[in-house]
Amino acid sequence: MAKKSDSSSKTDAFEKALKDDQAKRYVLRLYVTGSTSRSVRAIRNLRKICEEHLQGRYELEVIDIYQQPELAQDADIMVTPTLVKKLPLPLRKFIGDLSDLDQVLKGMDIRPKS
Amino acid sequence: MQQGTERSSRELRLEKSPTGIRGFDEITQGGLPRGRTSLVTGGPGTGKTMFAMEFLVNGVIRHGEPGVFVSFEETQEELIANSASLGFSLPELCESNRLYVDYVHVERSEIEETGEYDLEGLFIRLSHAINTVGAKRLVLDTIETLFSGLSNTSILRAELRRLFRWLKDKGMTTIVTGERGAGSLTREGLEEYVSDCVILLDHRVAEQVSTRRLRVVKYRGTEHGTNEYPFLISDRGLMVLPITSMKLDYEASEERVSSGIPRLDDMLGGKGFYRGSLVLVSGTAGTGKTSVAAAFAEAACRRGERCMYFAFEESARQVVRNMRSIGLDLDRWVEKGLLKIVGQRPTVHGLEHHLMTLQLMIDDFDPAAVVVDPVTNLIQVGTASDVRATLVRLVDHLKGRNITAIFTSLTSGGAVAEKTDVGISSLADTWMILKNLETGGERNRVITILKSRGMAHSNQVREFQLTSKGIDLVDVYAGPEGVLTGSARIFREAALRLEIDRLDAQRKKKRALLEEQIARLRSELEGEEREIEGRIRLEKLKMNTILQKRKELGISRKAET
Repeated sequence: MAKKSDSSSKTDAFEKALKDDQAKRYVLRLYVTGSTSRSVRAIRNLRKICEEHLQGRYELEVIDIYQQPELAQDADIMVTPTLVKKLPLPLRKFIGDLSDLDQVLKGMDIRPKS
Repeated sequence: MQQGTERSSRELRLEKSPTGIRGFDEITQGGLPRGRTSLVTGGPGTGKTMFAMEFLVNGVIRHGEPGVFVSFEETQEELIANSASLGFSLPELCESNRLYVDYVHVERSEIEETGEYDLEGLFIRLSHAINTVGAKRLVLDTIETLFSGLSNTSILRAELRRLFRWLKDKGMTTIVTGERGAGSLTREGLEEYVSDCVILLDHRVAEQVSTRRLRVVKYRGTEHGTNEYPFLISDRGLMVLPITSMKLDYEASEERVSSGIPRLDDMLGGKGFYRGSLVLVSGTAGTGKTSVAAAFAEAACRRGERCMYFAFEESARQVVRNMRSIGLDLDRWVEKGLLKIVGQRPTVHGLEHHLMTLQLMIDDFDPAAVVVDPVTNLIQVGTASDVRATLVRLVDHLKGRNITAIFTSLTSGGAVAEKTDVGISSLADTWMILKNLETGGERNRVITILKSRGMAHSNQVREFQLTSKGIDLVDVYAGPEGVLTGSARIFREAALRLEIDRLDAQRKKKRALLEEQIARLRSELEGEEREIEGRIRLEKLKMNTILQKRKELGISRKAET
């Protein structure tokens, strides 16, 4: 009896966490270099992910470090393109053109909708 | 025509960027190749970062070339702290916009690779940094860290190749540091991309003493020594010492300097040592090596020259006290600033470190004479071949500066005196051996000059006496009984004197004897003469009486009227 209630509370916690997760706001920065094909690809891939999974709860800024090189140092960018997930914590960096969708979603802690 | 080709070859010659690292610019004939990338590689803790940092800072301070330091390992704060120990103030240089320090952090656990990428971000940062200070010099320390942060090595390699090409096009004189890998110069084969100049730093421990070494593995377009050169990291930065200068081109002075012992000068062709020569004084314990060295030091000071005295077994005070007992007042010269006694055990540092410290001190003090007492103490620090190489360098250093030097060498009791432990006798211009001769229940010091290049020196053994008035050399007794010293000499000399006295007494006695005889004979003669004279007088008297009587008789007889 006790066991059952325990497992049900666990399920509750899981449901709650899932809800929180869906409620989390994402603050993203994408660092690109002008309009190279890799940059363009990265922007396109990221927009798609955001629209499909983070509808209405993300904030995205695309930075061209050709224009603002000092921002590259501030954010410690070395590889381009780089996506920085500032929130939710922990901070994570995704390098490359974001074409590996599974890797991005896993890293961003987003469960794909079934 | 010939002038023309000469000029063009000079123009074609590789331009160099001086590093300002002591000794390094000499062995590479000017520094690192200007406008190109050099690789500095070595194991952990070999001083790669310090080498690179000194190259940058010296560029800023001495050559007006601003620099960029891109660190992949140490943060700005760590770099500032580490460089402060070399006497560099990085914040000051950064504030005045002459140095730019950028820390590139690569942490694999924070990074997800999600597709194709390039290192354009790094290029942009570099370009930004270079433009900010107008940099001419750049350091990438250690770019290999990228390999642990990024997994796609084929991208990395292509990008690195592009990076080095780009730096060359920009005309940056660059140092890339690399970590030494097993069996290769760098773990990731950076040497593949950097083909102009490769420098290998090494740090090894032999007999519990560590020495740092540097080797120019490759230097395109430049004649360079391929030897390993010891170097040290001191509070004044790095210092590399050429093991031996390849040329023997130092000046040979005709000038002579006194040894401080007048009779020794007499033995050395009457004038003493050549200035700038190396004098080796070897002998067993207690033969007076230090005294000879101190006398030389004192004489140098008395001429008004500076002298540096390295005492490896005694403290400075002890040397002064002990030498006072033989009438040498060294304190006076110490106070005047002409004499500097450095008491230090070589075992404190490694051999190379020690030698370089000596050279730094010599350069700072700029003496005309140097005493190393005893040079054999260096053996405790290194292996025989190391010591020899070290001493050769020290001798080169001294001769290059025309410094007259005395090295004392302690020979162990059983060893042959004509053999020095370190085998440096061939380096010495003048070699004197001090010996203890044990005869007649006492030990006596003797000195011989085994060799003295370029002068007619005495081949005789002299007895060497330490008195409270100084050092004196006494002729030894050389007779049919052999060479005698000390009491034996005095005894032998006394015996001779006794013989003379005896003969003299004999002569006197004989003379007295004969003179007595002469006196006796003379008195005998006088006596006899007197007797005869008496008789003559008597006879004359008799004759007169007779004549008188005859006259009286005539008168009485009226024979005559």
